Amino acid sequence: MLLFIVFAPLVTALLILLGAPARLTALLGAAATAVAALAGLFLYDAARGGFQFVSSFPISESWRLQFLLGADGLSLLMLFLAALVLLCAVWFTPPIEKSERLFYACLLFLASGAIGAFASLDLFFFYAFHELALIPTFLLIGIWGSGNRFAAAWKVTIYLGIGSFVLLLGLILLYRSVPPELRSFDLRALQAAAAGGGITLRAQSQIFFLLLIGFGVLISLFPFHTWAPEAYASAPAPAAMLHAGVLKKFGLYGLLRVALPLLPDGAHHWNTLLIVLLLGNIIYVGLVTLAQKRLDWMLGYSSVMHMGYIFLGIASANVIGLNGAAVLMFAHGISIALLFALAGEIRRRTGTLVLSDLGGLGKVMPFAGFAFGVATFAAIGLPGFANFAAEVMVFFGAFRVGADWQGFHLLQTATLLALWGVVISAVYMLRAYRSIFMGEINDRWKNLPDLSRTLRLPIILLVAATLVVGFFPNTTLRVLRPTFPAPVAAAHP
Amino acid sequence: MIPAPFLEIAVLTWGLILLMVDAFAGKTDRRGVAIAGILGLLVVLAASFFLTPPTPAAASGFWSFYTADPLAIFFKRFALVTTILVLVMAIDYAPAIRMGVPAANPHAGLGEFFTLPIFTCVGLMWMASAIDFVMIFVSLELVTMSFYVLVSFTRRNPATLEAGVKYLILSALSTGFLVYGITWIFGVTGETNLTQIGTVLATQEIDKIPLLFGIALVLVALGFKIAAVPFQIWVPDVYQGAPTPVTAFLSVGSKAAGFVVLLRVLTPFLMLPQVGRLLVGVAALTLIYGNFAALPQSNLKRLLAYSSIAHAGYLLIGVVTFSGAAVAYYLVAYLLMTLLCFAVLVVVGNSGGSDQIEDFAGLAKRSPFLAFAMLIGMISLAGVPFTAGFLGKFFIFDAAIRQHQTMLVVIGVITVGCGFYYYLKVVRAMYWLTPPADSQPVPLSALSRLTMTLLIAAIFVLGVYPQPILNALDQPAARATISMFR
Repeated sequence: MLLFIVFAPLVTALLILLGAPARLTALLGAAATAVAALAGLFLYDAARGGFQFVSSFPISESWRLQFLLGADGLSLLMLFLAALVLLCAVWFTPPIEKSERLFYACLLFLASGAIGAFASLDLFFFYAFHELALIPTFLLIGIWGSGNRFAAAWKVTIYLGIGSFVLLLGLILLYRSVPPELRSFDLRALQAAAAGGGITLRAQSQIFFLLLIGFGVLISLFPFHTWAPEAYASAPAPAAMLHAGVLKKFGLYGLLRVALPLLPDGAHHWNTLLIVLLLGNIIYVGLVTLAQKRLDWMLGYSSVMHMGYIFLGIASANVIGLNGAAVLMFAHGISIALLFALAGEIRRRTGTLVLSDLGGLGKVMPFAGFAFGVATFAAIGLPGFANFAAEVMVFFGAFRVGADWQGFHLLQTATLLALWGVVISAVYMLRAYRSIFMGEINDRWKNLPDLSRTLRLPIILLVAATLVVGFFPNTTLRVLRPTFPAPVAAAHP
Repeated sequence: MIPAPFLEIAVLTWGLILLMVDAFAGKTDRRGVAIAGILGLLVVLAASFFLTPPTPAAASGFWSFYTADPLAIFFKRFALVTTILVLVMAIDYAPAIRMGVPAANPHAGLGEFFTLPIFTCVGLMWMASAIDFVMIFVSLELVTMSFYVLVSFTRRNPATLEAGVKYLILSALSTGFLVYGITWIFGVTGETNLTQIGTVLATQEIDKIPLLFGIALVLVALGFKIAAVPFQIWVPDVYQGAPTPVTAFLSVGSKAAGFVVLLRVLTPFLMLPQVGRLLVGVAALTLIYGNFAALPQSNLKRLLAYSSIAHAGYLLIGVVTFSGAAVAYYLVAYLLMTLLCFAVLVVVGNSGGSDQIEDFAGLAKRSPFLAFAMLIGMISLAGVPFTAGFLGKFFIFDAAIRQHQTMLVVIGVITVGCGFYYYLKVVRAMYWLTPPADSQPVPLSALSRLTMTLLIAAIFVLGVYPQPILNALDQPAARATISMFR
């Protein structure tokens, strides 16, 4: 099952490089992956919990290293997100003039990096799969990007390269911090060792700091976020969809899967720092987003900003907050992918994404306008969309911390400040919507075609996903429940 | 079953035979010599798997300066593989040799160019087994002598002559340091055998100052061989000027031999804290210099020269932390990826281009296979997972963390970031830029294509499954040797 999900995109990419018809093969491969991931979500036995669909292949005896796949509710949700966004990204790919094969192969490699990481139970492969996405990103932005693409490609590659080596140090330290007889990269073994108090307090805080910085760079945590808007603005739309929608979730997934459960005391030690940085994400980056004059940059910054809410859920470390963070990862992935897809279509038609040049497009592109409106509401977090359900859980979870505490806990103050972020994002998203689709139409845009019929299906798929989770959040919470059974003793003072 | 010293004797004899054949071959095509050399070395490589196990007690006479422990056997195979790959490259490089050597006969010089690496190989194999300073010195000289000729082989090219002179003078100087250092150590301990020196150091009260002086002098000479800062000045010029296959040989064979000797020489001296501190400093400087100086390079050979200094830095971390297995694995990874890059460079450089990175512009369009091979080589050098280069760095960083070398780890992470920039610069040229209008596909011989495919496969296989290399060094008999480095 998981073997198929992990290797389907890789094999598809190789087939394309070897000469299979590029677009058709990519679509089929992505669709098969998405169906398999959805099936996995339904087949997961939530009552039993734990990691299921486990398969392992030993690699190195002396290192106790194995190629180990397995998934629980959180991984399956992420796998489904990755496969769905991959399918839509391939679908949204416009005709490619230069090296079509390479483009689709890069896209599939990018996605399989994320998929492999989500499905790995072995920390070594968890890390290695993510890095697999680095070179395709470099090529996608450098060859098919737009704007200042060379600088953007360098920046993202070097940032992520250094960030992931910091992460690697953290993981090696983690491997070394466990007593030798328990030493392994197997996540389950590490969990058992950590539960038995195998990791000292000092080691926990050191490792958690490294992991926070390492994952933080990949997630675009506040002072390390500058690569993200630039890369997303320059990347071709399908690449931006996958990177912002899926790959960035790898870091959050790592925090939820590795850092928090294995190093609860380390998380506690650095919680204040995390809260300050996440407020930087929400407030500072939120204000920066307000100042953007181009749609692609604005979306890039908004995706950085929304990471702050997910961090808030992680910082709360209780059941509601963590579940909310997990659902928000899914919801944000869907909504940002939809927005980048539409932005790419607008750029393809008009050749510009400067907000003041556009206007009135709703008259000629009613479907695109409608879809963009839906995506806007989803991104703001209006009730009915998955983002709303998730953000409510995050805020409740974060505010609940220290509810029986005299006076205000730092997290409660942070929650109150973070609530203003919702207002900020409403301002910039609605303003963007107005200046693109409302108002007087420029004569230049009078004859623009609306989205073609074939492009409507992926939009409907994405919208349906966010609506289903929005109206029935229990569909996801059912599988997530076994992942976060109890609060992590992190946030309590 | 074959006794280990027969391997060197076989290679040496085969080299002499080929040299004689070349002398009387007249005007026939000399590529046959190279093919014969490759086949001969392959036979020896196969024979190295059928050795008589060494008798543990025999540490007198011949066996007091020659050892056949797993580390030695491992690096003998390493030298053989390197030489085979260099000879494959040399066949592709033959046209450039013909142009670079002034002679009436179009085949003049080619025979020597194909046989000299075989003699270097003998030196490298002996060096892997040397456990006595005299033996180390003699085998080192055999290697260096053949390199003197090889580096300045295309003597019509002024840059090559410059490289040859630089290499000759600086290498001779470093040899002087080595001999001087050996005499000091001999003067203090009364021994040239490394094991005996270890015993003397452990049992007798001796004056530390002259001993340290001697070690420092030996380290100068070895630092020259492995291109460690501050003895790296010769590297960029010599690498750029030498014929490309020779550059590849220098950067892999010579460096690997240097590290084997370094591991062996340091074993008795590891209890001296001063030596450790000195090496940490050298490793840090080498990492910083190699990586930062590589950033602005626009010539691929020069870039690879600085990258070879940078990798010497990572390897030195392994030496400082006494992890022989990590060093050995890293050297294997380094062999695969560096030779892959040089192989592509030879082929592309031959087809009219020079060694400038700009000449790789749009290679992905002209020859997708070559561009892919270079891409794999570069990302492996940069350390992207699923390649051997990543696992090498992984083992090295793990060793450094285990030994609490925090400073080296921090410097290592920063320099890895630099590496991403300068290696991907080549990828950028191949994939982002458009080829010049008049460009043609680069011709590629079947032998080279096969070699490159094998190298790529090896990079990926070892990048996921390192166990064969770790096993080769982890046999029960090897434990004793390796444990000294742990």
